[in-house]
Amino acid sequence: MAVTVRIPTPLQRLTGGSETVEGVPGTIISMVQELDTRYPGLGERISEGGKIRRFVNMYLNEEDIRFLSAEETAVKDGDEVSIVPAIAGGRA
Amino acid sequence: MSYVRGLKCRECGREYPIEPIYVCEFCFGPLEVVYDYDRIKADLTIDKIRSRPTNLWRYRELLPIDGDPYVGLHAGFTPLIKADRLAKEIGVDELYIKDDTVTHPTLSFKDRVVSVALSKAKEFGFDTVACASTGNLAHSVSAQGAAGGFRRFVFIPASLEHSKIVASLAYEPNVVAVEGNYDEVNRLCSEIANKYKWAFVNINIRPFYAEGSKTQGYEIIEQLGWKAPDHVVVPCASGSLLTKIWKSFEEMHKIGILKELHTKVFAAQATGCNPIATAIKSATDVIKPVKPDTIAKSLAIGNPADGFYAKQVVYNTGGWGEDVSDQEIIDAMKLLARTEGVFAETAGGVTLASAIKLVKTGKIKREGTTVICVTGNGLKTKEALEGHVAEPFRIKPKMAFFEEILAKIGN
Repeated sequence: MAVTVRIPTPLQRLTGGSETVEGVPGTIISMVQELDTRYPGLGERISEGGKIRRFVNMYLNEEDIRFLSAEETAVKDGDEVSIVPAIAGGRA
Repeated sequence: MSYVRGLKCRECGREYPIEPIYVCEFCFGPLEVVYDYDRIKADLTIDKIRSRPTNLWRYRELLPIDGDPYVGLHAGFTPLIKADRLAKEIGVDELYIKDDTVTHPTLSFKDRVVSVALSKAKEFGFDTVACASTGNLAHSVSAQGAAGGFRRFVFIPASLEHSKIVASLAYEPNVVAVEGNYDEVNRLCSEIANKYKWAFVNINIRPFYAEGSKTQGYEIIEQLGWKAPDHVVVPCASGSLLTKIWKSFEEMHKIGILKELHTKVFAAQATGCNPIATAIKSATDVIKPVKPDTIAKSLAIGNPADGFYAKQVVYNTGGWGEDVSDQEIIDAMKLLARTEGVFAETAGGVTLASAIKLVKTGKIKREGTTVICVTGNGLKTKEALEGHVAEPFRIKPKMAFFEEILAKIGN
C-alpha cells in the first residue's frame, strides 16, 4: 500500500489523465521530487526551490500541511495527499 | 473602447488574453488585469471625471469593461465623512470615514465588485451568475443579478443562520445550502465553475471583480480634493481590498492626477482570524493559515489568497498591521455610532479598533490625514450587539412617568 496522491484537473495532462497516482512515503517534498521523476514537469508546477508554491495548497488526509510540518510533513503508506490550487476566494 | 491590454500572472508574469479565467495555468498564481496607462493618461482628466454621474463608473477607463456598464449605475460614490468627534476621541488631527455602509443597492462595498463583475459577465455572454458566500457578496449578487436579468445561484454553508440568508432570498435567487464549511463550499463551486458555463463572480470572474474595489480608492482621492491621505486603514479578509486600494492610488499617480503619493497603508484584522497581521508583525513572507474564531465573520478567511500581496503593500508603504479582540470590535462599533452616527458591521469595528491601537502605539501619527475604510452596514450583523447595548426606558403613557425617567437621566 503506497501513498495516494490526488492530482487536480490542470495537472492531469502530466499524469496521462490520471486523477490519482501513487506516491512514495517520506516527506511531502521528497514525495513531490520522486513524483517528478515519473511525471516530468510535475515538480516544477507545484514547487520551487524545495518549497511548495504559494498558490498550491497540499492536504495530508484532509489537513492543510501548513498546520503540520509544511514541506517536511511525514507521509506514510496508506496516507492520502491532495494537491489543490488555492482558490482566490472571498468570504464576505 | 477598452483600455485593457490583457491578463497577467502576478507570480510568474505569464500573459493571457481577456477571458473568464482566473488562475495561471503554469504556477496557479492569480491573474490580474493590465491596462494601457499611457492612453488612459492621455484620455482621463479630472474635468472628465467631474462631468460624469456620481457613481463608480465615473472612473471607467480604469475598470476592465469594453462597452457601457450594465449594472451598478447607482453604486459607489459613498460619503467621505470628516469625523471630527471621533478624531478627538482617538487622538488624531484629521480623520475621515469612507462610509460604504450606504453603498447602493445592498449596503456593503461588495456592490462595487459585483457591479464590475456582472457588467463583465454580460460582455462575456453569460446568462447565469453565481457566488460562494456567507453574506455581503451573496446579497449583492442576488440583488444586482436580479436587476441585470441574470439567472442566479448562491452557494452557502448549510449551517448558516436563517436570518442571514433572508436578505438574499428576498431577491429570489437559487440558494444552494451545502452541507460543509465555507472552504468546502468554495471547493465545490470551483468544480461547478469548471463544468458549467456560469459566471462565478469570485472564481472565474475574479480578476475583473476584484478591480471594482479600486473605486473606493479613487473616490477617497477625489473627495480629499485630488490628494491621497497620509494613512489609510483597511480591513483584511482575503487581503484583496487592501491591495486594490493601494493599486488605485498608484494608478492615480501614474496617470498624473495625483502629484504626490506617500500614503502608508495599514491592515486591520480580528485577533480570531489574523494571518495577515501576524505575518506583518513577525516579518515573515509565509502567511500561515488559521482556523477563524471571531464575531467578524465577513473577515473570517483563515487562508487569505492575497495575504502575501497585502503584506507586501503594508511593508513597501511603511504601514503596519494590527488585530483586535471581539470586545474591542464591539466597543469600536459603538464608538463609531455614538460619535459619527455611522452604524457599521463588525468589520467596521475591526477597522476602527485597529486604527485606535495603531494610533496608541504611534504607528499612525497624530499629524496628517487618516482615512478609515468602513465596508458594510451594521444592520446586517446587528446580532453582534445583542447584550451589548442599553435597554430602552419602559414607561406607562403618562407625563409623570416620563419625568421620573428624565430626572434619573438628568435634564
